Amino acid sequence: MLSVLRTDMPIENPDPTADQDYLKALMMEVAASRDKASFEILFDRFGPRVKGMMEKSGASSDLAEDLVQDVMLTVWRKAALYRPDKGAVSTWIYTVARNARIDRLRRLPAQPYIDVETVMVASEDDSPEAEAIGSQQGDLVRNALDKLPSEQRQVVKMAFAEYKPHSEIARDLDLPIGTVKSRLRLAYRKLREELEDLA
Amino acid sequence: MTVHHHLDDASIMRYASGDFDEAFAIIVASHIAMCDECRAAVRAAEAMGGAVMEAADSSPLAADAFDRLSRMLDMEPEKPLLTPEPTAGNVPLPLSRLIGRDLDQVPWRTIVPGMQRHRIDIASSTSSLYMLKIAPGRKMPEHGHGGTEMTLILEGSYSDVFGQFAAGDIADLDEHVEHQPVVDSDIDCICLVATERPTRFKGMVSRILQPLIGI
Repeated sequence: MLSVLRTDMPIENPDPTADQDYLKALMMEVAASRDKASFEILFDRFGPRVKGMMEKSGASSDLAEDLVQDVMLTVWRKAALYRPDKGAVSTWIYTVARNARIDRLRRLPAQPYIDVETVMVASEDDSPEAEAIGSQQGDLVRNALDKLPSEQRQVVKMAFAEYKPHSEIARDLDLPIGTVKSRLRLAYRKLREELEDLA
Repeated sequence: MTVHHHLDDASIMRYASGDFDEAFAIIVASHIAMCDECRAAVRAAEAMGGAVMEAADSSPLAADAFDRLSRMLDMEPEKPLLTPEPTAGNVPLPLSRLIGRDLDQVPWRTIVPGMQRHRIDIASSTSSLYMLKIAPGRKMPEHGHGGTEMTLILEGSYSDVFGQFAAGDIADLDEHVEHQPVVDSDIDCICLVATERPTRFKGMVSRILQPLIGI
Protein backbone atom coordinates (compact mmCIF):
# COMPACT_ATOMS: atom_id res chain seq x y z
CA MET A 1 0.00 0.00 0.00
CA LEU A 2 1.17 3.49 -0.81
CA SER A 3 2.25 5.68 2.06
CA VAL A 4 -0.35 8.18 0.89
CA LEU A 5 -3.07 5.74 1.92
CA ARG A 6 -2.48 5.67 5.65
CA THR A 7 -5.71 5.26 7.59
CA ASP A 8 -5.19 8.57 9.35
CA MET A 9 -5.64 10.36 6.03
CA PRO A 10 -8.61 12.69 6.08
CA ILE A 11 -11.33 11.90 3.58
CA GLU A 12 -10.64 15.19 1.86
CA ASN A 13 -7.27 16.87 1.76
CA PRO A 14 -7.63 20.64 2.26
CA ASP A 15 -4.99 21.33 -0.38
CA PRO A 16 -6.88 20.88 -3.68
CA THR A 17 -3.86 19.76 -5.71
CA ALA A 18 -2.74 17.23 -3.11
CA ASP A 19 -6.36 16.11 -2.82
CA GLN A 20 -6.64 15.38 -6.55
CA ASP A 21 -3.36 13.42 -6.47
CA TYR A 22 -4.64 11.53 -3.46
CA LEU A 23 -7.83 10.51 -5.32
CA LYS A 24 -5.78 9.39 -8.31
CA ALA A 25 -3.53 7.31 -6.05
CA LEU A 26 -6.63 5.67 -4.53
CA MET A 27 -7.99 4.82 -7.98
CA MET A 28 -4.66 3.34 -9.01
CA GLU A 29 -4.65 1.17 -5.91
CA VAL A 30 -8.14 -0.07 -6.72
CA ALA A 31 -7.12 -0.81 -10.30
CA ALA A 32 -3.74 -2.41 -9.59
CA SER A 33 -4.31 -4.27 -6.30
CA ARG A 34 -8.10 -4.41 -6.00
CA ASP A 35 -7.63 -2.63 -2.69
CA LYS A 36 -10.90 -2.40 -0.80
CA ALA A 37 -9.69 0.09 1.80
CA SER A 38 -8.87 2.58 -0.96
CA PHE A 39 -12.18 1.82 -2.61
CA GLU A 40 -14.07 2.53 0.59
CA ILE A 41 -12.52 5.99 0.83
CA LEU A 42 -13.67 6.71 -2.74
CA PHE A 43 -17.09 5.31 -1.90
CA ASP A 44 -17.43 7.57 1.15
CA ARG A 45 -16.26 10.54 -0.85
CA PHE A 46 -18.36 10.17 -3.99
CA GLY A 47 -21.29 7.91 -3.00
CA PRO A 48 -23.22 10.60 -1.08
CA ARG A 49 -22.62 13.14 -3.87
CA VAL A 50 -23.85 10.73 -6.53
CA LYS A 51 -26.91 10.06 -4.38
CA GLY A 52 -27.57 13.77 -3.95
CA MET A 53 -27.38 14.37 -7.70
CA MET A 54 -29.68 11.43 -8.48
CA GLU A 55 -32.25 12.67 -5.97
CA LYS A 56 -32.12 16.16 -7.42
CA SER A 57 -32.76 14.71 -10.85
CA GLY A 58 -35.95 13.01 -9.68
CA ALA A 59 -34.91 9.63 -8.27
CA SER A 60 -36.51 8.44 -5.04
CA SER A 61 -34.18 7.90 -2.11
CA ASP A 62 -34.28 4.10 -2.65
CA LEU A 63 -33.59 4.36 -6.36
CA ALA A 64 -30.79 6.88 -5.74
CA GLU A 65 -29.27 4.46 -3.25
CA ASP A 66 -29.45 1.65 -5.84
CA LEU A 67 -27.87 3.91 -8.44
CA VAL A 68 -24.96 4.61 -6.06
CA GLN A 69 -24.47 0.84 -5.84
CA ASP A 70 -24.56 0.57 -9.66
CA VAL A 71 -22.14 3.45 -10.11
CA MET A 72 -19.61 2.32 -7.53
CA LEU A 73 -19.76 -1.30 -8.74
CA THR A 74 -18.90 -0.03 -12.23
CA VAL A 75 -16.08 2.06 -10.76
CA TRP A 76 -14.71 -1.12 -9.15
CA ARG A 77 -15.12 -3.22 -12.28
CA LYS A 78 -13.74 -0.68 -14.73
CA ALA A 79 -11.05 0.85 -12.50
CA ALA A 80 -8.36 -0.29 -14.94
CA LEU A 81 -9.94 1.88 -17.66
CA TYR A 82 -9.46 5.06 -15.63
CA ARG A 83 -6.56 7.01 -17.11
CA PRO A 84 -5.03 9.43 -14.57
CA ASP A 85 -3.27 11.32 -17.37
CA LYS A 86 -6.60 12.05 -19.07
CA GLY A 87 -8.62 13.61 -16.28
CA ALA A 88 -9.60 13.95 -12.65
CA VAL A 89 -11.16 11.04 -10.75
CA SER A 90 -14.31 13.11 -10.22
CA THR A 91 -14.67 13.58 -13.99
CA TRP A 92 -14.48 9.85 -14.59
CA ILE A 93 -16.94 9.02 -11.81
CA TYR A 94 -19.22 11.75 -13.12
CA THR A 95 -19.35 9.99 -16.53
CA VAL A 96 -20.02 6.61 -14.91
CA ALA A 97 -22.89 8.18 -12.91
CA ARG A 98 -24.26 9.94 -15.99
CA ASN A 99 -24.30 6.65 -17.92
CA ALA A 100 -25.97 4.79 -15.05
CA ARG A 101 -28.64 7.47 -14.89
CA ILE A 102 -29.30 7.30 -18.65
CA ASP A 103 -29.65 3.55 -18.34
CA ARG A 104 -31.82 3.30 -15.22
CA LEU A 105 -33.68 6.57 -14.90
CA ARG A 106 -34.18 7.52 -18.51
CA ARG A 107 -34.40 3.94 -19.79
CA LEU A 108 -32.24 4.72 -22.78
CA PRO A 109 -29.21 2.75 -23.93
CA ALA A 110 -25.95 4.20 -22.60
CA GLN A 111 -24.05 2.22 -25.24
CA PRO A 112 -23.27 5.21 -27.50
CA TYR A 113 -21.53 6.86 -24.52
CA ILE A 114 -19.61 3.71 -23.67
CA ASP A 115 -18.53 3.41 -27.33
CA VAL A 116 -17.16 6.95 -27.29
CA GLU A 117 -15.18 6.14 -24.14
CA THR A 118 -13.75 3.09 -25.92
CA VAL A 119 -12.61 5.34 -28.76
CA MET A 120 -11.17 7.85 -26.26
CA VAL A 121 -9.16 5.20 -24.47
CA ALA A 122 -7.87 3.86 -27.79
CA SER A 123 -6.92 7.21 -29.30
CA GLU A 124 -3.43 8.39 -28.50
CA ASP A 125 -3.68 11.51 -30.63
CA ASP A 126 -4.13 13.90 -27.76
CA SER A 127 -4.01 17.61 -28.41
CA PRO A 128 -1.92 19.77 -26.04
CA GLU A 129 -5.21 21.06 -24.69
CA ALA A 130 -6.52 17.56 -23.95
CA GLU A 131 -3.27 16.85 -22.14
CA ALA A 132 -3.70 20.03 -20.15
CA ILE A 133 -7.19 18.92 -19.15
CA GLY A 134 -5.75 15.61 -18.03
CA SER A 135 -2.76 16.89 -16.16
CA GLN A 136 -4.42 19.85 -14.49
CA GLN A 137 -5.62 19.02 -11.06
CA GLY A 138 -9.34 19.51 -11.35
CA ASP A 139 -9.23 22.53 -9.10
CA LEU A 140 -8.61 24.66 -12.18
CA VAL A 141 -11.98 23.65 -13.57
CA ARG A 142 -13.55 24.34 -10.20
CA ASN A 143 -11.93 27.79 -10.09
CA ALA A 144 -13.16 28.49 -13.62
CA LEU A 145 -16.68 27.57 -12.51
CA ASP A 146 -16.43 29.82 -9.46
CA LYS A 147 -15.42 32.73 -11.66
CA LEU A 148 -18.50 32.44 -13.90
CA PRO A 149 -21.25 35.04 -13.58
CA SER A 150 -23.92 33.58 -11.31
CA GLU A 151 -26.50 33.27 -14.12
CA GLN A 152 -24.12 31.04 -16.09
CA ARG A 153 -23.07 29.03 -13.04
CA GLN A 154 -26.71 28.44 -12.25
CA VAL A 155 -27.51 26.82 -15.64
CA VAL A 156 -24.30 24.75 -15.51
CA LYS A 157 -25.30 23.48 -12.08
CA MET A 158 -28.81 22.65 -13.22
CA ALA A 159 -27.55 20.85 -16.33
CA PHE A 160 -24.83 18.83 -14.60
CA ALA A 161 -25.67 18.47 -10.92
CA GLU A 162 -29.41 18.11 -11.40
CA TYR A 163 -29.28 16.56 -14.89
CA LYS A 164 -31.98 18.92 -16.09
CA PRO A 165 -32.78 18.92 -19.80
CA HIS A 166 -32.20 22.30 -21.42
CA SER A 167 -35.93 22.58 -22.06
CA GLU A 168 -36.69 22.10 -18.36
CA ILE A 169 -34.05 24.64 -17.29
CA ALA A 170 -35.74 27.12 -19.63
CA ARG A 171 -39.12 26.39 -18.07
CA ASP A 172 -37.86 26.54 -14.47
CA LEU A 173 -36.10 29.86 -15.00
CA ASP A 174 -38.79 31.25 -17.27
CA LEU A 175 -36.26 31.91 -20.05
CA PRO A 176 -36.32 31.23 -23.77
CA ILE A 177 -34.41 28.04 -24.57
CA GLY A 178 -32.04 30.09 -26.74
CA THR A 179 -30.95 32.03 -23.65
CA VAL A 180 -30.26 28.81 -21.74
CA LYS A 181 -28.20 27.52 -24.66
CA SER A 182 -26.21 30.73 -24.98
CA ARG A 183 -25.43 30.81 -21.24
CA LEU A 184 -24.17 27.23 -21.45
CA ARG A 185 -22.10 28.11 -24.52
CA LEU A 186 -20.56 31.10 -22.76
CA ALA A 187 -19.74 29.07 -19.64
CA TYR A 188 -18.19 26.36 -21.75
CA ARG A 189 -16.11 28.81 -23.80
CA LYS A 190 -14.77 30.43 -20.67
CA LEU A 191 -13.60 27.07 -19.39
CA ARG A 192 -11.97 26.31 -22.74
CA GLU A 193 -10.13 29.65 -22.63
CA GLU A 194 -8.75 28.84 -19.20
CA LEU A 195 -7.60 25.44 -20.40
CA GLU A 196 -6.06 26.86 -23.56
CA ASP A 197 -4.06 29.32 -21.45
CA LEU A 198 -2.68 26.31 -19.66
CA ALA A 199 -1.74 24.32 -22.78
CA MET B 1 -9.72 12.38 -40.28
CA THR B 2 -9.88 16.11 -40.91
CA VAL B 3 -13.24 17.38 -39.84
CA HIS B 4 -14.39 20.89 -40.78
CA HIS B 5 -17.91 21.05 -39.38
CA HIS B 6 -18.33 20.33 -35.69
CA LEU B 7 -20.98 20.13 -33.01
CA ASP B 8 -22.35 23.33 -31.56
CA ASP B 9 -20.97 24.02 -28.05
CA ALA B 10 -24.48 23.76 -26.62
CA SER B 11 -24.72 20.26 -28.11
CA ILE B 12 -21.36 19.31 -26.53
CA MET B 13 -22.74 20.39 -23.14
CA ARG B 14 -25.99 18.54 -23.80
CA TYR B 15 -24.16 15.35 -24.68
CA ALA B 16 -21.86 15.59 -21.65
CA SER B 17 -24.82 16.01 -19.30
CA GLY B 18 -26.69 13.08 -20.83
CA ASP B 19 -29.64 15.07 -22.11
CA PHE B 20 -30.02 13.70 -25.67
CA ASP B 21 -32.61 11.12 -26.58
CA GLU B 22 -31.54 7.91 -28.28
CA ALA B 23 -31.49 9.13 -31.90
CA PHE B 24 -29.37 12.17 -31.07
CA ALA B 25 -27.14 10.32 -28.62
CA ILE B 26 -26.26 7.89 -31.42
CA ILE B 27 -25.53 10.51 -34.09
CA VAL B 28 -23.60 12.77 -31.69
CA ALA B 29 -21.59 9.81 -30.34
CA SER B 30 -20.88 8.73 -33.93
CA HIS B 31 -19.48 12.14 -34.81
CA ILE B 32 -17.43 12.31 -31.60
CA ALA B 33 -15.99 8.89 -32.41
CA MET B 34 -14.79 10.32 -35.75
CA CYS B 35 -13.62 13.76 -34.57
CA ASP B 36 -10.54 14.38 -32.38
CA GLU B 37 -11.56 17.96 -31.72
CA CYS B 38 -15.03 17.11 -30.45
CA ARG B 39 -13.60 14.32 -28.27
CA ALA B 40 -11.39 16.91 -26.57
CA ALA B 41 -14.41 19.21 -26.30
CA VAL B 42 -16.51 16.53 -24.63
CA ARG B 43 -13.71 15.77 -22.21
CA ALA B 44 -13.59 19.45 -21.18
CA ALA B 45 -17.37 19.52 -20.68
CA GLU B 46 -17.21 16.32 -18.66
CA ALA B 47 -14.50 17.89 -16.50
CA MET B 48 -17.06 20.56 -15.77
CA GLY B 49 -19.48 17.80 -14.73
CA GLY B 50 -16.81 16.37 -12.45
CA ALA B 51 -16.14 19.73 -10.84
CA VAL B 52 -19.85 20.31 -10.33
CA MET B 53 -20.14 16.87 -8.75
CA GLU B 54 -17.30 17.60 -6.33
CA ALA B 55 -19.20 20.66 -5.17
CA ALA B 56 -22.62 18.94 -5.20
CA ASP B 57 -24.74 18.57 -2.08
CA SER B 58 -24.34 15.20 -0.42
CA SER B 59 -27.23 12.99 0.53
CA PRO B 60 -26.38 10.58 3.36
CA LEU B 61 -26.19 6.94 2.37
CA ALA B 62 -27.86 4.07 4.21
CA ALA B 63 -25.66 2.90 7.11
CA ASP B 64 -25.02 -0.49 5.46
CA ALA B 65 -24.42 0.91 1.95
CA PHE B 66 -20.74 0.05 1.74
CA ASP B 67 -21.20 -3.38 3.37
CA ARG B 68 -23.89 -4.17 0.82
CA LEU B 69 -21.57 -3.29 -2.04
CA SER B 70 -18.64 -4.99 -0.38
CA ARG B 71 -20.54 -8.30 -0.28
CA MET B 72 -21.20 -7.95 -4.02
CA LEU B 73 -17.53 -7.33 -4.69
CA ASP B 74 -16.64 -10.50 -2.79
CA MET B 75 -18.92 -12.47 -5.07
CA GLU B 76 -17.59 -10.84 -8.22
CA PRO B 77 -15.53 -13.14 -10.39
CA GLU B 78 -12.46 -11.28 -11.59
CA LYS B 79 -13.06 -11.06 -15.30
CA PRO B 80 -10.58 -9.45 -17.62
CA LEU B 81 -11.91 -6.17 -18.99
CA LEU B 82 -12.88 -6.49 -22.59
CA THR B 83 -12.41 -3.40 -24.65
CA PRO B 84 -13.79 -3.68 -28.16
CA GLU B 85 -11.74 -2.47 -31.07
CA PRO B 86 -12.84 0.97 -32.19
CA THR B 87 -14.26 0.36 -35.63
CA ALA B 88 -11.97 0.84 -38.59
CA GLY B 89 -13.26 2.28 -41.84
CA ASN B 90 -16.02 4.81 -42.18
CA VAL B 91 -18.67 3.38 -39.88
CA PRO B 92 -18.04 4.64 -36.33
CA LEU B 93 -18.48 2.23 -33.42
CA PRO B 94 -21.76 3.67 -32.05
CA LEU B 95 -23.34 3.23 -35.51
CA SER B 96 -21.77 -0.10 -36.44
CA ARG B 97 -23.68 -1.72 -33.60
CA LEU B 98 -26.87 -0.83 -35.45
CA ILE B 99 -25.98 -1.31 -39.11
CA GLY B 100 -22.80 -3.40 -39.19
CA ARG B 101 -19.46 -2.25 -40.54
CA ASP B 102 -20.20 -2.25 -44.23
CA LEU B 103 -22.22 0.54 -45.86
CA ASP B 104 -22.86 -1.72 -48.87
CA GLN B 105 -24.71 -4.18 -46.63
CA VAL B 106 -27.26 -1.60 -45.47
CA PRO B 107 -30.75 -2.66 -46.66
CA TRP B 108 -31.40 0.47 -48.71
CA ARG B 109 -34.88 1.22 -50.02
CA THR B 110 -35.32 3.48 -53.01
CA ILE B 111 -37.58 6.44 -52.23
CA VAL B 112 -37.28 8.34 -55.48
CA PRO B 113 -34.73 7.74 -58.23
CA GLY B 114 -31.30 8.72 -56.92
CA MET B 115 -32.37 8.70 -53.29
CA GLN B 116 -32.35 5.71 -50.98
CA ARG B 117 -33.18 5.50 -47.32
CA HIS B 118 -32.77 3.11 -44.43
CA ARG B 119 -34.69 3.72 -41.23
CA ILE B 120 -32.95 2.70 -38.02
CA ASP B 121 -35.35 1.30 -35.45
CA ILE B 122 -35.04 2.91 -32.08
CA ALA B 123 -37.44 3.15 -29.17
CA SER B 124 -37.53 6.96 -29.19
CA SER B 125 -40.89 8.53 -29.91
CA THR B 126 -39.79 12.13 -30.25
CA SER B 127 -36.99 11.77 -32.81
CA SER B 128 -36.20 9.60 -35.77
CA LEU B 129 -32.92 8.24 -37.04
CA TYR B 130 -32.30 7.18 -40.61
CA MET B 131 -29.64 6.95 -43.27
CA LEU B 132 -29.76 8.50 -46.72
CA LYS B 133 -27.84 7.54 -49.83
CA ILE B 134 -28.07 10.22 -52.48
CA ALA B 135 -26.66 10.10 -56.00
CA PRO B 136 -24.12 12.63 -57.33
CA GLY B 137 -25.69 15.89 -58.46
CA ARG B 138 -28.98 15.26 -56.66
CA LYS B 139 -30.60 18.02 -54.66
CA MET B 140 -32.40 17.44 -51.43
CA PRO B 141 -35.71 19.30 -51.34
CA GLU B 142 -35.24 22.70 -49.72
CA HIS B 143 -36.49 22.41 -46.18
CA GLY B 144 -36.75 24.15 -42.85
CA HIS B 145 -36.83 22.32 -39.57
CA GLY B 146 -39.55 21.78 -37.03
CA GLY B 147 -36.81 21.11 -34.50
CA THR B 148 -33.15 20.26 -34.26
CA GLU B 149 -31.74 18.27 -37.15
CA MET B 150 -28.29 16.72 -37.35
CA THR B 151 -26.67 15.17 -40.41
CA LEU B 152 -23.41 13.22 -40.18
CA ILE B 153 -21.62 12.50 -43.45
CA LEU B 154 -20.15 9.00 -43.70
CA GLU B 155 -19.12 8.94 -47.36
CA GLY B 156 -19.13 11.38 -50.30
CA SER B 157 -20.02 15.02 -49.77
CA TYR B 158 -22.67 17.67 -50.22
CA SER B 159 -22.75 21.45 -50.26
CA ASP B 160 -25.28 23.97 -49.06
CA VAL B 161 -25.24 27.56 -47.79
CA PHE B 162 -23.04 26.47 -44.86
CA GLY B 163 -20.28 25.08 -47.09
CA GLN B 164 -19.12 21.64 -48.08
CA PHE B 165 -19.76 18.66 -45.81
CA ALA B 166 -17.58 15.57 -46.25
CA ALA B 167 -16.96 12.35 -44.28
CA GLY B 168 -16.84 13.05 -40.54
CA ASP B 169 -18.52 16.46 -40.80
CA ILE B 170 -21.73 17.07 -38.90
CA ALA B 171 -24.39 19.67 -39.66
CA ASP B 172 -25.85 20.62 -36.28
CA LEU B 173 -28.82 22.76 -37.25
CA ASP B 174 -31.54 24.30 -35.16
CA GLU B 175 -35.11 24.95 -36.07
CA HIS B 176 -34.61 28.33 -37.68
CA VAL B 177 -32.44 27.08 -40.50
CA GLU B 178 -33.48 26.45 -44.09
CA HIS B 179 -31.15 24.76 -46.52
CA GLN B 180 -30.98 22.75 -49.71
CA PRO B 181 -28.02 20.38 -49.84
CA VAL B 182 -26.67 19.27 -53.23
CA VAL B 183 -24.47 16.19 -53.53
CA ASP B 184 -21.18 17.35 -55.06
CA SER B 185 -19.04 14.21 -54.81
CA ASP B 186 -18.65 11.80 -57.73
CA ILE B 187 -19.76 8.95 -55.48
CA ASP B 188 -23.07 8.63 -53.61
CA CYS B 189 -23.31 10.73 -50.48
CA ILE B 190 -24.17 8.54 -47.51
CA CYS B 191 -25.26 10.22 -44.32
CA LEU B 192 -26.88 9.55 -40.98
CA VAL B 193 -29.70 11.90 -40.04
CA ALA B 194 -31.47 12.54 -36.74
CA THR B 195 -34.51 14.78 -36.67
CA GLU B 196 -36.48 15.98 -33.70
CA ARG B 197 -39.79 16.44 -35.45
CA PRO B 198 -40.87 15.96 -39.04
CA THR B 199 -38.91 18.23 -41.33
CA ARG B 200 -41.07 20.84 -43.07
CA PHE B 201 -40.51 21.04 -46.77
CA LYS B 202 -41.25 24.22 -48.65
CA GLY B 203 -43.35 24.29 -51.75
CA MET B 204 -46.18 22.17 -53.06
CA VAL B 205 -44.12 19.51 -54.82
CA SER B 206 -41.94 19.01 -51.75
CA ARG B 207 -44.98 18.80 -49.50
CA ILE B 208 -46.40 16.07 -51.68
CA LEU B 209 -43.02 14.37 -51.67
CA GLN B 210 -42.66 14.50 -47.91
CA PRO B 211 -44.91 11.56 -47.00
CA LEU B 212 -43.07 9.52 -49.62
CA ILE B 213 -39.63 10.40 -48.37
CA GLY B 214 -40.86 10.29 -44.82
CA ILE B 215 -38.26 12.63 -43.41
